[in-house]
Amino acid sequence: MNVDLTAPQSKRESDPPVVARPGLALSAIPTKREMPSRATPVSEVAFEVSDLCCWFGQHQAVYDLSLRIPAKAVTAIIGPSGCGKSTFLRCLNRMHELVRGSRLSGQIRLFGEDIYGPRVDATLVRRRVGMVFQKSNPFPTMSVGDNVTVGLRLNGVRDRRVREEWMERALRMAALWDEVKDHLDRPGTSLSGGQQQRLCIARALAVQPEVLLMDEPASALDPIATTKIEELIQELKRDYTIVIVTHNMQQAARCSDYTAFFYLGRLVEYDKTEKVFTNPSNKQTEDYVTGRFG
Amino acid sequence: MADILTTVPSNLVETRLAPPSRVGDRLFRWVALAMGLSVGILIVLVGVTLGRGASSSLHHFGFGFLTGSTWDPVQENFGALPFVYGTLVSSLIGLLIAVPLSIGTAVFLTELAPPRLRQPVVSVIEMLAAVPSVIFGLWGIFVLVPWLRVHVFPLLQKLFGFLPLFQGPNYGVSMLAAGVILAIMILPIITSVSREILRSVPDLQREAAYGLGATRWEVTRIAVLSYAKRGLFGAVVLGLGRALGETMAVTMLIGNRPEISASLLAPGYTLASVIANEFSEATSDLYLSALFEIGLVLFGVTILTNILAQLLIASTAAPKVGRAVQ
Amino acid sequence: MNTSATYQTWRKAKNLIMSALSLACAVAVIAPLGLILFYLIKAGAGAIDWHFLTQLPKPVGETGGGMSNAIVGTLTLLALASILGVPVGVLGGVYLSEYGGERTNWWIRFGADVLNGVPSIVWGIVAYALVVVPMKGFSTYAGGVALGLMMIPLIIRTTEEVLLLVPNGYREAALALGISRWKIIVRIVMKTALKGIVTGVLLAAGRVAGETAPLLFTAFGNRFWTHHLRDPIAALPLQIFTYAISPYDDWHRQAWAGALVLILVIFLINIGVRTLTRGRFSEVAK
Repeated sequence: MNVDLTAPQSKRESDPPVVARPGLALSAIPTKREMPSRATPVSEVAFEVSDLCCWFGQHQAVYDLSLRIPAKAVTAIIGPSGCGKSTFLRCLNRMHELVRGSRLSGQIRLFGEDIYGPRVDATLVRRRVGMVFQKSNPFPTMSVGDNVTVGLRLNGVRDRRVREEWMERALRMAALWDEVKDHLDRPGTSLSGGQQQRLCIARALAVQPEVLLMDEPASALDPIATTKIEELIQELKRDYTIVIVTHNMQQAARCSDYTAFFYLGRLVEYDKTEKVFTNPSNKQTEDYVTGRFG
Repeated sequence: MADILTTVPSNLVETRLAPPSRVGDRLFRWVALAMGLSVGILIVLVGVTLGRGASSSLHHFGFGFLTGSTWDPVQENFGALPFVYGTLVSSLIGLLIAVPLSIGTAVFLTELAPPRLRQPVVSVIEMLAAVPSVIFGLWGIFVLVPWLRVHVFPLLQKLFGFLPLFQGPNYGVSMLAAGVILAIMILPIITSVSREILRSVPDLQREAAYGLGATRWEVTRIAVLSYAKRGLFGAVVLGLGRALGETMAVTMLIGNRPEISASLLAPGYTLASVIANEFSEATSDLYLSALFEIGLVLFGVTILTNILAQLLIASTAAPKVGRAVQ
Repeated sequence: MNTSATYQTWRKAKNLIMSALSLACAVAVIAPLGLILFYLIKAGAGAIDWHFLTQLPKPVGETGGGMSNAIVGTLTLLALASILGVPVGVLGGVYLSEYGGERTNWWIRFGADVLNGVPSIVWGIVAYALVVVPMKGFSTYAGGVALGLMMIPLIIRTTEEVLLLVPNGYREAALALGISRWKIIVRIVMKTALKGIVTGVLLAAGRVAGETAPLLFTAFGNRFWTHHLRDPIAALPLQIFTYAISPYDDWHRQAWAGALVLILVIFLINIGVRTLTRGRFSEVAK
């Protein structure tokens, strides 16, 4: 992909500094939303996040977040524990609001549509934005095949043949078909850890989302399974927008096209992955990616 | 791999998902809420039903219902004192017998028993809890009462006959017999709740006492039992609540005579028993209403005891912060 | 501090005495069950035969006959009670686990515990006022209502407990697929916890199967087969009670037999439930 996105964050001297927390030395400061550049038609932007703030009760987890996530690319979100990356991810598919006492402000647009608009049904948003979790969770009472099609079945797709075709398709997309095609009736939990995670990916893909969010998808897997997942991500990005949260920097460097570095609830730096890891603009980013803290 | 992603069969492109069922969600939630609120509705329902049924008796006898000691269906003169007396005394006897045994067993299970022995004993106690009341009564009539009448009561009369408690004719069916069977029936609940209470005592308390060189019994007495006092009292009150409401076994063993007697060997009558025996044969409206009122009294008393018990148990469950061992 | 040797020996002796006493308590607590089972088997086993299980009671005074109608009656009453108790109880438990604010739930749980402590005979009175009076007669319906009302608070608590054990990850995964909330609860959460829910229902059924008091003036008992649900019906505990307090030896013998059948059924349910739960836990834990 060759989109030359004007970086959502640029060093413009005229921008006022964001109030910094004591102790943080922010050199370059993330700015507010840019004017869309002619090189970036809106349809190529999957998510446009504007001034997003999130709270859990009284505790604020995300501060004034603005960025644009490009479509059909892999965007990684990195940062130390507790920096708000998972919280942010869950705002993208309206899962954050399910936590008791949670709040958010700001705006998130999915391909131009405000997903928190007054008449928007969260369930519909979640069908367009799929999610894969850290701990793979295939439903225990269902077979492998049923697990894949559960999103279709419980969302009203009655035609069995259509479901079966989607099942094969989704399993192929998740690079799992060959391994399970003779075992579709076995319980979903009978697969290995890595296979279960790919099963969850197939399950998410079967509902035809436009975006796939992944919250540390390989952190519970062994290196071989992890590699398989990372290869899968590279394949999937041709058709899906992928946003992946990871605490594994090397994984972000390997897999993603764009990387966002979060720290203590703020976006510190967001740029092409290569730049973030080899020549970051922000000292904090540099400290993190070189392992000086985290 | 490329093929599968770029060439989508036409029938799949159009796969539509049904719109999310907002109505279904709301309906389901309301139905579930209604079912959850049914507990409140039921409590009110029981109270109102009993109150309405008892209204003419309440009207007629007023407060004197509880103090009147004559129960005369023929003259329509209804006083519930014999039943209140019988319920209280039989339950008290049951508690006196059961509480030391239950708490002792709970101590045994939590502090002293080897782990392998615990599960079988616990299983036995759970099985005892599952035995229906009528079977206790059956066994009571044909096994317990004859044994008491032939072996135990004469002994009591010989040893303690100077007390009015053990005077009078020895029928077997008596307040004391009912008390014994009640004791057996409430053993499981007092034991299991006490055990939970004792288990919730933090090990820190025990370790502190051991650290001072206390023997096992001393540790139990100082660090465990006194800490759990309130909860254990709650377990006892819970057992009391059960005993107050017990019907069948008591009815079969107590003799069913509406008289207040000083002797424990004399027959008695309880609130639950009079309802069991006479409800379906009540000949007049006032008679039935009086029985409804007895039901109301029983309901009120058992609810209050249960609430008290829950509060006591809950107060031990909340851990007390950092109390030094005295 | 008294450190004399005699005091130390006394402390050790006291420790030993108390240990022995508490052991004695445990023995005293489990002894009654042994005694009861012993007599049940001794007096009842001989009387259980094919006649007993298949025949109707003989008229008063005649020997022989059986409790077939009482056994069927108990099963019928349990079925009716479940029709009332299971939907209300299970859905109530669903509310506590899946919806509900903290305060509401506290009150509901408290109410359920209060209801569990209501004496069973009071439920009989309530069913009498609600069913027998309007229908102007004792009936199977009345007995079913009495037992069903007793089952509700039991099933609410067991269902809630079991649903809370379902890991939240499943709910999240289903939500992320854009599935409607109620479908998630019914088709995924409840399905995962199904064995546990059934266990709770069976336990509640076992509890009310042995109840006599609520049936005394609702189902009332019947010497013959009941052909309509609006007629009185025999039940095992009722029959045991009637026979036990009667003056006839043969009826006493049959009471023991009936009691043995009843206790066997209840123990079977409890044991069956325990084996079900053991298998279930290993699955959900994955």
